[in-house]
Amino acid sequence: MQGYLSLWDEYGARIMESFWTNLQLTFWAFIACAILGTILAIMRISPIPSLRAFGTAYVNIFRNTPLTIIMTFGVLVLFGVFQLQLSSDFNFNFFQIAIIGLTIYHAAFFCEAIRSGVNTVPLGQAEAARAIGLGFLPAARLVILPQAFRGAIVPMGNVLIALIKNTTVALAGSVAEISGLMKTMIEYRADLGVLIFLTVALMFVVIVVPIGMLVTWLSKKLAVAR
Amino acid sequence: MKSDHQAQASSDGPIVRLAGVNKHYGALHVLNDINLDVVKGEVVVILGPSGSGKSTLCRAINRLETIDDGTIAIDGKKLPEEGKALARLRADVGMVFQSFNLFAHKTILENVTLGPIKVKGMKKSEADKLAMQLLERVGVANQAAKLPAQLSGGQQQRVAIARALAMRPKVMLFDEPTSALDPEMINEVLDTMISLAREGMTMLVVTHEMGFARKAADRVIFMADGQIVEQAPPEEFFTNPKSARAKDFLGKLITNH
Repeated sequence: MQGYLSLWDEYGARIMESFWTNLQLTFWAFIACAILGTILAIMRISPIPSLRAFGTAYVNIFRNTPLTIIMTFGVLVLFGVFQLQLSSDFNFNFFQIAIIGLTIYHAAFFCEAIRSGVNTVPLGQAEAARAIGLGFLPAARLVILPQAFRGAIVPMGNVLIALIKNTTVALAGSVAEISGLMKTMIEYRADLGVLIFLTVALMFVVIVVPIGMLVTWLSKKLAVAR
Repeated sequence: MKSDHQAQASSDGPIVRLAGVNKHYGALHVLNDINLDVVKGEVVVILGPSGSGKSTLCRAINRLETIDDGTIAIDGKKLPEEGKALARLRADVGMVFQSFNLFAHKTILENVTLGPIKVKGMKKSEADKLAMQLLERVGVANQAAKLPAQLSGGQQQRVAIARALAMRPKVMLFDEPTSALDPEMINEVLDTMISLAREGMTMLVVTHEMGFARKAADRVIFMADGQIVEQAPPEEFFTNPKSARAKDFLGKLITNH
């Protein structure tokens, strides 16, 4: 116990700081992947074949590429080869590249979550929207997507939960986040290896479990009555 | 209402004209050389056994179903294939579906005002006023703040009629509007449709309600196997059908009632 407390004395501030980085990565990447994923979903249900093909290709490519590879690509290729400088601050640059990597990857899943929501909307809703003279985009925006989002709360929640945990892959993108710190701590405090693992795992559990409960509650509350 | 859509008519030709329309579902010839004119103020009822193509015909008129060849024109304008022009033309054609298809996430009032506001650019206050008048007319004004799922089927279908009317259409299409309703709710919808017909709305109605055809139709069209087999004023059709198919169809109805 003494040893564990001394770990907090030594690393406490950095633990919180690193975990805060994971939460920030989650926040920005989720907003961005929600926007990109929604655009992709609109493409995938659009009447224009080339847009549909693009959406399908995007999903198949990025859903099937390991996130670690996307992250490493960001650092080694975007930064290493093409000198991508989003920020003059060295660390902040990696942070932003990590957000891009997380976004690109999770947008594919978010798109599919929305599309599963679209499948909960009866075809008649789209027909009725078209029948009163709404074009594809207004019908999507006013009639289809609002119902699709409400039918996709659970899969969208799954994307968020996966994203929270996947922020640890930002380690591969040279971001000082919690799993990187965990590695460091285990190296220097091998005596506390198991406890360090459990501590970090528990931090994710504390965030993820309430989100899971919130998602279940929201999915019931927002369900469209038919 | 009557004066409204009279003022909108841009020509003296038919409101709906189908010429040489064909459609196949694989090997099935679902619309076989359909020629049909519906003039302003006319109420046309399409009858026929299931699978005869009558719903497909109805849905083709606002291009919810595409056709293989032939032309369909609304008030002299040929149906565009896609895009904004098609959306504009659809706004002139009211459609009432078998399964109501009210926007499930919007209130009754919003269902009726969505088209006027988003398609016609009407101000919200104006659209609300119009919607309340129409809801009053179909007898569901007191439900305006509810969601569709809170209404009975008959009420939902009357809202669907109000939603279509809110666009001030040149013609109203009804695709089996009472087929999904419990028997006790059929009449409230039919009464709304009959009063609409009396006010001079141009209507094309696919239905199995012979009573409605007798009361409100100017002309009955009988379809079988994708073809228009026979057309006549309702009295003539029901008392003296000419084709064997129509006689057979009507005979089955009589033995069932």
